[in-house]
Order: sequence, then structure tokens, then C-alpha cells
Amino acid sequence: MQQQVLQFAIRVSDLVVGFGRRVVIDHLSLDVRRGEILGLVGASGGGKSVLMRTIIGLIPRRGGEIEVMGSAIGGSHDRGTQSAAGKWGILFQQGALFSSLTVRQNIQFPLRENLTLSDTLMDEIATAKLEMVGLSPDDGDKFPSELSGGMTKRVALARALALDPAIVFLDEPTSGLDPIAAGDFDSLIKTLQKTLGLTVFMVTHDLASLNTVCDRVAALADGKIVAIGPMRDLLQSGHPWVRAYFHGKRSQMLQPKAS
Amino acid sequence: MATAPLLTALPSGEALELRPAGSWTAANATALEALYNSVATPLAAAKRVKLDLAEVRELDTLGAWLIEKMARRVTSDGHRSEMTGVADNYADLIEEVRQVNRRTTAPAPAPNPLLAWVSEIGGAAVSATQDLTVFLEMLGSLSLALAGVLRRPRSLRLTSLTYQLYRVGWQAIPIIVLITFLIGAIIAQQGFFHFRKFGADSYVVDMVGILVLRELGVLIVAIMVAGRSGSAYTAELGSMKMREEIDALSTMGLDPVEVLILPRVIALICALPILSFIGSMAALYGGGLVAQFYGGMGTAIFIARLHEAISVTHFEVGIIKAPFMALVIGIVACSEGLRVKGSAESLGKQTTTSVVKSIFLVIVLDGLFAVFFASIGM
Repeated sequence: MQQQVLQFAIRVSDLVVGFGRRVVIDHLSLDVRRGEILGLVGASGGGKSVLMRTIIGLIPRRGGEIEVMGSAIGGSHDRGTQSAAGKWGILFQQGALFSSLTVRQNIQFPLRENLTLSDTLMDEIATAKLEMVGLSPDDGDKFPSELSGGMTKRVALARALALDPAIVFLDEPTSGLDPIAAGDFDSLIKTLQKTLGLTVFMVTHDLASLNTVCDRVAALADGKIVAIGPMRDLLQSGHPWVRAYFHGKRSQMLQPKAS
Repeated sequence: MATAPLLTALPSGEALELRPAGSWTAANATALEALYNSVATPLAAAKRVKLDLAEVRELDTLGAWLIEKMARRVTSDGHRSEMTGVADNYADLIEEVRQVNRRTTAPAPAPNPLLAWVSEIGGAAVSATQDLTVFLEMLGSLSLALAGVLRRPRSLRLTSLTYQLYRVGWQAIPIIVLITFLIGAIIAQQGFFHFRKFGADSYVVDMVGILVLRELGVLIVAIMVAGRSGSAYTAELGSMKMREEIDALSTMGLDPVEVLILPRVIALICALPILSFIGSMAALYGGGLVAQFYGGMGTAIFIARLHEAISVTHFEVGIIKAPFMALVIGIVACSEGLRVKGSAESLGKQTTTSVVKSIFLVIVLDGLFAVFFASIGM
């Protein structure tokens, strides 16, 4: 019965978000299944990050319902959002690591705030997470300002996973990484998703990662989801923006692989 | 869905069978650690351990790690452990956790306290000399930038200078007038209260006039400017440093000192004498009001007494210090800003250092000037 209810990790229905007179998200509905990796694409400044931040309760909405793991999400001042914090981990675009804490302390921060554990165990868990995202235990003593872009993303992912959340939100996880590092990061996300049974909600522009890791892709245009489905369905989509996105010059080289 | 975690230990001779059950997840972290600790003694004694995971309902990294830790506890002593009943969906996780924490890093040896103390003193001495070097370096590069501007007056950033003047000068006027007015009034009130006992009421005007014009006007204003504008300079330059904006400037072939620091320092040097003058006037006005309403001394008498008591020299002694104090505040604020490292904490630390150091230096400078003026008889 419970499994039935939780078939969807995130349910968004009829969502409206706007700033001033501009409506960014216009009656949008989206369901994210449990255990899938959903990629969200859209024009720059088209509201992808706004949608993500609204789901996690950072931006107030004008209308509509959001349900995460079966419980409704209110505005950011709502208590419900606070208690949901353990259910999700968020990888912000710039990492958003606490600059005055070491990498290890950054990863331990959610543990320390939410659980009562001995220091030894906390250290072991932090090291375990570090190694799971492909860093060495020695990196734990570094400060965020000493990390490269790729390492920052990995540490941010380790912090997002600290409490073993059911859902992780990734905001452009591979932007600014070289293709090899981006590929590594993709396979890391895939591996972690498989081992930990995560639901991944990923905002990305990286056509390669859409192709390789995402189970489904949702396209956001004009404040609505205009197409959703596996990559090959989107390639067939007739919506003009989606066509322009996937059949533009830059994506030509990916066509044979995708079909 | 979440159920309380359980751990059943079945010892049989030298072997030990452990049956974890329920939700081994982070939500039950405290209970799990207690369970782990409760089997620590039998684990240490056991020669062979069998872990049966058939009853485990939910598992996450934390639970998997604790189970792996139990297994490792035995294998590290050279004994055998085996794991059975792993559900398919958790097999990957168990395998993943088996790879981690393999390398034990030796904890850093505790430093010798005496040695640490000595090295701390040495470090403080080195950083004190560094402070001096940084100060002189900044003074040097400012002079260079100024020389460049004098050679090519068009390279002076007029827009920036005007804006900084507006910020540190014009916008500071209300708060400076208020504070100095109150200080002048308080000094006058205290003067009347105590001088009245031996009938020296009229000398209050001398005290207020000389004190405000020579020392307090400029000192209070300099301290306020250090706290108000110096801290802003440090924070601005510091966050520009953090976001690589200063590096960007240098790569465009521009000198950050000329573009960012020179206009700020010149603005301070121009603004501080003006603010000191305004502040001194406000303090004298405050003193005059108290004289009228508290001391019962009419305005005309107050002004006449003031005219007798002070001369232009007093005013000069005060105002001449202002540009030097401004220079010190500007140099300290800007050089501390450039010393900000990558973290938010270091930005805070450098801003504090900037304010504390510039207030200290302003007071030291005031003392030096006092000695100087006394020796030349001003």
C-alpha cells in the first residue's frame, strides 16, 4: 500500500511561479518516478533553476501543489519544508560549500545537525562518503577554496548524500567540467543512484549526460513542460523549441548514438 | 515503513552469529551506534563471525558501514567473517561500502606544548614584521600610482573618486554631526558640573574649545571613519579578491592600486579634514547649547569667551592631523582587504583586523603628533 503511494518521488501539479509581473512557471505539472534519473532541460533563464528551487521550497509559489515523498511542500517559512530536509540533498551550481569549514566538516555538517553520533563514527561516515564520490581521505582536510571545480562538485555531492536522502537535486552538475571529468561525474551519479536507490532530479545542459544517464528527460519551455520521456522520444518530438534544442548544430554529433 | 533496528547476537563457542533486523538507516543512527557498541566485546572475543542480513528491512550507507565495521573488526584480527542473506537491491551498497575506509591515516602527532608556544611567539613576531612590510608596500605602490596620475592627470578615476567622496564624506555627515554634537555637549556638562564647585565656570569654554579643536574633533571623527568606511573598504576589496575580480583587473593590464585603491584613499584624505571641521563645529555647538541651558551662560558670553580662549593655531593643530590619519586608515583598510583568502571567515577576520589596527594606529599617530607639536611649541 505504502509502495503504491510512493510510486512518485515528486509530484508537481498546476504550479505557478512569478516575479513581479513576469510569470516564469505557468501551470506546470510534472511527476518524477521513484528511483529514476530525470533530466530537466530548458533555455538559459527559462526557469529550470526556479522550478528546482520552488520544489525545495526556496522560492514561494503563486499556486499549485508540490508533493515530495508523499508530503506536501509549503513556502520556505513552512515547518513542513524543514522536516523534509532529511529527505533530499541538493547540489548547488557553485557547490555552496561552507568556506570556513574543511571538506570533512562540510560533509559532517548535516550529520552533526541531525543525528547524535560519536565523533569516530562521524569521521568514518565522512570518509566513506568522500571515497564513494571518488576523492581520497586526504582531501578531507582541505578547505573549499583549495579545491578544483570538479572536486568542489564531488564534495558538494558527498555533502548532499550525507544523510542518505531519497532524492538528490543536481543543478548543472557537469557545467564547467572537462568532458572526461563530466563523464566521470555522470557515471558516478549513475553508480550512486543504483547502489543507494536514489531518485535524481537533474537540471542540465549537457547533452552527453542527458543521453547517457537520464532515464527520462523533461523539456521546459514557456513555463510549461512541453515534452517528457526517454531521450529518443524527445528527439522525435515535434515541438519547435525541443527540435531546435536537440537538432541544433551542437547536438548533431550526438544523434547517431541517441537513436 | 521504518521499523526499529534490532541486533541479535547468538554466540556458539568461538563462533558468533549476528542477525541485524529492521531499518538500518540514518534515521535510527543513535540506536544503531548503541547496538554496534553492545556487540563490541563478543566481537573482539569471537574467532568466526556470521552475519545474516535476511531480516534487514532498510539499509543505507550508515547501516551498511556499521555492518561492514562489525565484519572488519573480526577480519582485522585475522579471523573469518561471512555475510549471508543480502537482499539483491542492497548487494551493490554492501559491495561499495566494503571498498571504503581501507586506508587508515595515522593521526597527526600531538605537538610539544613548549615548542608550540615558542613557535607561536616566533610566528607573531614574523607576522608583526610582515604587517609593517605590507603597510610600507602599500604606501609605496600608492605613491607610484599617485606619481603616475600626476604625470598623466587624465588617468585619475574621477567618477570613482567622486562616488567614494560621496560615500565616505557626504553620507557620513549626519552620524558624525550627531556623535560629535553629543560629545561636545557631554564635555561641557561635565565641565560645568565639576568646575562650578570652585567657581571656574567660565573656564569650561576654554576646555571645550581647546579639547575639541586640538584633539577630540579629529580623533573621534577618524575613529568613526575607520569603523564606517575603513571596514567597508576592506570588505569590498576582500570580496573582490575572493571572486577573482582583482585578478581580472590585473590581466586587463590595469593596476588595481590605481583603479581601486588610489581613488578610495584620496577620497578619505579629502573627506576626513572636512568631516573633522564639521564635527568640531557640531561639538562646539553642543557645548554652547549646554552652556546656555545648563550652565546659564548666554550665547554672546560663550562666543566671546571662545574667541579669547582659542586661536587659529588650535584649529590648525587639529586639522593638520586629519589627512595623515586618513592615509593610515586608507592604507590599512585596503591592504587588509587584499589579504583576504578564499573563505568567508577570513573576510570577517580581515575586516576586524582592519578596524582594530586602524583605530590603534590613529591613536598612536595622535600621540606622536602631540609630542611633535609640544616640541615645536604649537
